[in-house]
Amino acid sequence: MVHDLVGEIQALGAWFADPANWSGYDGIPNRMTEHLVICLLSMIAALLIALPVGLFIGHTNRLSFLAVTLANIGRAVPSYAVMALLFPLSIAFSVAGPGGDIAYLATFLAMVLLAIPPVVTNTYAGLRGVDGDLLEAARGMGMRGHQVLRRVELPLALPVMLTGMRVASVQVVATATLGAVFGGGGLGRYIVQGQARRDDARLWAGAILVALLAVATELVFAWLVRRADRNVHGAVGPSDPDGPVSPAVLPGSASSRPSS
Amino acid sequence: MNGKPLIDWAWIQGHLDDIWALTVEHIVLAFIAVGIGFIISFGLSLVAIRWRSSYGPITAVAGLLYVIPSLALFAILLPITGLTPLTAEIALVSYTILILVRNTVTGIDGVPIEARDAADGMGFTGRGRLWHVEIPLAMPLIVAGLRIAAVTTIGLVTVSALIGQGGLGRLINEGLRTSFPTKTITGAVLSVVLAIVADVGFVLLLRRLTPWTRPRGGTS
Repeated sequence: MVHDLVGEIQALGAWFADPANWSGYDGIPNRMTEHLVICLLSMIAALLIALPVGLFIGHTNRLSFLAVTLANIGRAVPSYAVMALLFPLSIAFSVAGPGGDIAYLATFLAMVLLAIPPVVTNTYAGLRGVDGDLLEAARGMGMRGHQVLRRVELPLALPVMLTGMRVASVQVVATATLGAVFGGGGLGRYIVQGQARRDDARLWAGAILVALLAVATELVFAWLVRRADRNVHGAVGPSDPDGPVSPAVLPGSASSRPSS
Repeated sequence: MNGKPLIDWAWIQGHLDDIWALTVEHIVLAFIAVGIGFIISFGLSLVAIRWRSSYGPITAVAGLLYVIPSLALFAILLPITGLTPLTAEIALVSYTILILVRNTVTGIDGVPIEARDAADGMGFTGRGRLWHVEIPLAMPLIVAGLRIAAVTTIGLVTVSALIGQGGLGRLINEGLRTSFPTKTITGAVLSVVLAIVADVGFVLLLRRLTPWTRPRGGTS
């Protein structure tokens, strides 16, 4: 079977041009909003958990081994499996009716779990990466622990912390798509529907919309990281915002980014 | 719940062969993906190092592949390559490339200038310096990339159950379809165990590959 690429692209164009796909419950605005809302909610919940933990272990250097190990294990837990395990619970807690999303709780919790590890490890790595001399100077100036954290450690660690949030957000935006497999909403619906109805245009449209959203997320965070970097290093940003990624590391081994 | 225990141990004991077969399938799917991904990424990294201007485009394309959801990529490939392992592998390989290229190139870029100078002084030429000095010194970052790629891939293999592959992902799906949590839990737990084993395996591998980072014993 020869694949008719031109025909596919035309069908895709027609799909996006069809006003029916821009309105109503199954329209792009609603599905996009659903996708964004669940990603935002899970990122907020993940930050509420991960930031205090990361800040605590980074600032005090206590319990770091435990937190880093847990974060590494967390990375090994597949979101798909988490959703499958939580799905029965999710159905039990969903509300009936057209707005009742039976996969909401499962998707939300899986996304929170997905986002926590990169935020914890990068917050920790960011704080540990702050020059020890600066910390001593800050204490020498009479700053207390929380003042050192707020005025010295946080601003200097911000670029690395934001990089963690960026990794987490992009992963969440891409992975929240899986919720649709379990009957959830969001842009994944188009992919699931496209596959079920053998409607390639719909399927491609879903894939493209999620990819666009993920790229947009990446760009927003890249901009935030650059801004934070400029605050730290003045006008010349020496570090590569697209630096390498590293599994959580303990002090003494390589940091998550090359030192700047 | 409905009174039944969450995990039916008798079922697990009676199906160890099936569970083992699915675990092997899972390992094979992930191993091939990371292996091919590493070969492609290593080649691309060498290209990016040789021709600097290609690094931007290479990471841009790899980045785009990385953000396409696995579900979408599987579904897009389905009409072309069908319900075959190939469909799963193409998608799985494509997710490893960004991580591996970024870490390899940054690792080699991070080799201290002194080490390069010393290599030049010892008479290494361009290629000899790359293979005998720069790549070994970049090993910690290259292996860090492999760790993330392996852990991510082992997790994503479960999703490929939706296109008839999946290793332990099949167990997860069957458990869901038949409301038999034992299968889902077994599949999920074993998949996590595999990821942790792979992660630890790479840490041990790195230790063997970089003997100079170990503190030396008394006889030095």
